[in-house]
Amino acid sequence: MIRVLVQPEPFDAATELAALLTAAPDADSGGIASFTGLVRNDGALAALELQHYPGMTERALVALANEAAARWSLTAVTVIHRHGRMVPGEAIVFVATASAHRTPALESCAFLIDRLKTDAPFWKREWSADGTTSWVDAKDADTDKAGRWD
Amino acid sequence: MEIRLLYFAWVRERIGIDGETVVVPAHVATIDDLTGWLSVRSAGHAAALADSTRLRFAIDQQLAQPDTMLVDGAEVAIFPPVTGG
Repeated sequence: MIRVLVQPEPFDAATELAALLTAAPDADSGGIASFTGLVRNDGALAALELQHYPGMTERALVALANEAAARWSLTAVTVIHRHGRMVPGEAIVFVATASAHRTPALESCAFLIDRLKTDAPFWKREWSADGTTSWVDAKDADTDKAGRWD
Repeated sequence: MEIRLLYFAWVRERIGIDGETVVVPAHVATIDDLTGWLSVRSAGHAAALADSTRLRFAIDQQLAQPDTMLVDGAEVAIFPPVTGG
């Protein structure tokens, strides 16, 4: 089962993990891996705003989830990515993968978080406590990490 | 050829609008041609589109390259490198 959500609302990672455990067929599933990305408290950061491209975002995430499911024979995948404004400590992104064994579950989870950073149309803007804002620049390191899955 | 443009992040801010629909002349065949043609529409367009190495593109919601050919009625998005996750 593939579940992809793009939403402004907060999500609960524990609830999502429990839902994936229910969705993954017992006979074929041996493990679940997950990653939850948080808004890091970098010094003067008051809030993080995520803009996205409605329509393309969902398509890009569904395409990545399908690719991961086929490449690692996953039994269930969940990808949730928030947009809008959030504060340090809040969860932005959640990826969970279920598979017969640990290696495909862990690898596909890493694949999804690496590749969504370069393939999904989101843009981060940092809001400082003094009200100034700046768009976050893309990192070469993220491109390198995504490239290792080619 | 009619193109529906969408702008995101600082490209949107510099141009000052979320998007626009334009009818391009016959010599505008690729995305690269399109950004060149758009850049003289206003000072904001010029500022947003000046450095092509900092721009990324999508045609009909699929990532595209500067040499990708345009098609009539396409939705073309112009934005900085993505920073989600």
